[in-house]
Formats: sequence, structure tokens, C-alpha cells
Amino acid sequence: MRFDSLLDSLGRTPLVGLPRLSPSADVRLWAKLEDRNPTGSVKDRPAFWMIAKAEKEGLLTPGCTILEPTSGNTGISLAMVARLRGYKMICVMPENTSAERTQLLRMWGATIIPSPAAGGSNEAVRVAKELAAEHPEWVMLYQYGNEANARAHYEGTGPELLEDLPSITHFVAGLGTTGTLMGVGRFLRERVPDVAIVAAEPRYGELVYGLRNIDEGFIPELYDESVLTTRFSVTSEDALRRTRELLAAEGIFAGISTGCALHAALGMAAKAVKAGERADIAFVVADAGWKYLSTGAYDGTLDEAEKRLEGQLWA
Amino acid sequence: MAIEVRIPTILRNYTDGAKAVEGGGATLEELFADLEGRHPGLRDRLVDDKGLRRFVNVYVNDEDVRFLGGLDTQVSDGDTVTVLPAVAGG
Repeated sequence: MRFDSLLDSLGRTPLVGLPRLSPSADVRLWAKLEDRNPTGSVKDRPAFWMIAKAEKEGLLTPGCTILEPTSGNTGISLAMVARLRGYKMICVMPENTSAERTQLLRMWGATIIPSPAAGGSNEAVRVAKELAAEHPEWVMLYQYGNEANARAHYEGTGPELLEDLPSITHFVAGLGTTGTLMGVGRFLRERVPDVAIVAAEPRYGELVYGLRNIDEGFIPELYDESVLTTRFSVTSEDALRRTRELLAAEGIFAGISTGCALHAALGMAAKAVKAGERADIAFVVADAGWKYLSTGAYDGTLDEAEKRLEGQLWA
Repeated sequence: MAIEVRIPTILRNYTDGAKAVEGGGATLEELFADLEGRHPGLRDRLVDDKGLRRFVNVYVNDEDVRFLGGLDTQVSDGDTVTVLPAVAGG
């Protein structure tokens, strides 16, 4: 495949079967390898779409500064495009994210404003909103509420999946901004009767939920509950265990949020087997494992790895 | 009386600091009512007159009850109920 530039190579990622983890010939699992995008994560899709939309609307012009709250991957994607297009990039990122994320962001020239670890991405969103109010000249693309985030998946990821797997019965992805699930979910619902759209939500250590008040929670503006069939909360332990299983059984070296999605996908597979129904279950490999090596996710026992991950934002 | 309910840090002032408490009931609604007897004020932090509070997520065996039956979700001995505040990802 030949492309005019790196940005032009976005998307059209491989969908690979998991012959060893699939329970039977009738109930199959498929991994959408989103780590095969320009900066190595699914976030390249919304990042490129959000920037393209802002350029089209005249919000972004050369020399502009982009501001974004991000736990890492979206910031990395935006920083790369910003560098190519001549924008400055400022990321508000929680302190408790992996060292590689910081290194990658700096490598692409982004400035990082750390937000407090307690409260996780909620705090990053709050700090970014305050900064945006103080600096009206900065452009906050705001992945949590930007329609172009979900649109990237409605126009890209969804059609790719249906083309490669017309017999799809389930789509499973991690729940963060909700963009992937909303975009792919809406696309598939319009075309595949009874398709199940399943969210896998990371359950972090207690520090991350350390809000001052339960009324200060956060729900992304993009989120529409009616698109989902169901939603699972996946512990760090389950996510780590599945991440390792994927590597051991199928050779796929994925990030920890992929283990989270795989855990929910395997749960749906078990249900299908029990019900005697056929299933083609596609799930998203959001990124590869490189950015998580320093967290020790792949070293020692599961118990040790889980302890090291306590308090970290791993998705 | 053997449904385990995991309580998030910010609500442990209602459970004397306990990370998990036990309760009983056939539905989530009944379970919360049962807990209220021993942990006064807790129910009001989870539920308002419209149902589950907007920023409160409740999971029965890791599945979000909003997709199961809300407060009418059936529960039974051995189930684990997890209460968490809604947080951002991405």
C-alpha cells in the first residue's frame, strides 16, 4: 500500500481472528488492530478528524495553540498532527500516567501541564476547562464533546469492520470518551439487526475515584446510553490477565485497555456458547504494549503487576 | 444476608470507613433500603426521586445496572454489587 504522506495512511487497519482464544468455530473473536495507525493508537482517528473539522471551520489557522485534556493517546495523536501542520500543542495530563506517554508527547513538541493524580481524567478536564476560559485564543478540540470524535469511527472504523466481517454480531470497545462506541455503534445499528454494542469500562484503583463529592462525577457529552447494549466494569486484574493471555495465546502485544475489552468480549463469547448461538465478536486493540513497559504490566506475577498498577491510569 | 456491596472512598463516611458492607434483598431497591437501616444517609447519596443519581454507577457482578433493570435489577446471595462515581477516560 502506498500513501502520499503518513497522515494519509490513517485507518484501514487489519482485523485478525483469534483462533486460540475463540471458544468454537461458531463463536469467534476478532481483533481490530488500531495500533497500526500513524502514532500507534486508535486515537489517531478522532485526532485527525477533529483537527480537520476545526481547520475547515476556520477555528485553526497556522500558529494557533491547541489545548486538550488527555490521559495520553489523544494528546500524542494531536501533537503529531500539530507538529506537521504548524500548531502549538498543550496537553493537560494526569500525573498518574505512564512515563512513555510523557516522553512521546515531548518528542512531538507538546507542552504538558500536569493535573493532580487524585480524580484522574476528571481533574484533567476541569483544569483544561479553566485554562480554556483564561486563554480564549487557545483552541480546545475537547474530545469528550466533539462530534468529529464519534464521526471518525462512524465514517472509518465502523465501515471497515462491516466490510471485513459482514457476519458481525458483537462490537466491544473500551469506554473512555465514548467516541469509538458511539460512532461504530451507530453505524452498525443502522445496518446490522440485533447487533450488540458492548462497553468495557476500566475500573481503576481508589485514588482515581477520589472526588470530593459524588456530584462532581463526569459523563462525556458524546455519551448516549441508548447506543449501547450493555456495559461492563473491568478490574485492573482482569485487564492485565487478558492482556497477557492475548500475548501468550495469539502473539498480540497490546496495551492494558485491550485486555479490558478482551475480557468483556470473552464474557459475551461465553454467553453465546451457553445460549447455543453463533457469534462473531469484534473488539478494539486500542494500542500496543510499548507505552506500558515501564508500568511493569508484563513482568513477574499478575499480583505483582496489579500492585504496581494501583493508582495508575492504564487506559 | 450475603450480597457484598463495595463502597467508594467518598461514601465511606456512611459505613464507618468500611470498603464493603453486606446486605440483603431481591432487588437493588430492596438492597439499598436494607443498607439504609444500618448506614443511614447512604441511600440518599445513591438514589434521588428519578432513580440512580446521574454520576453514580452501580454494577451487579461487573455489569452496569442501567442496562439490567435499574433499581429493579434482581440480586441474590453471592452477588457482588459495586458502587463507583462516574469518571472520564481518554
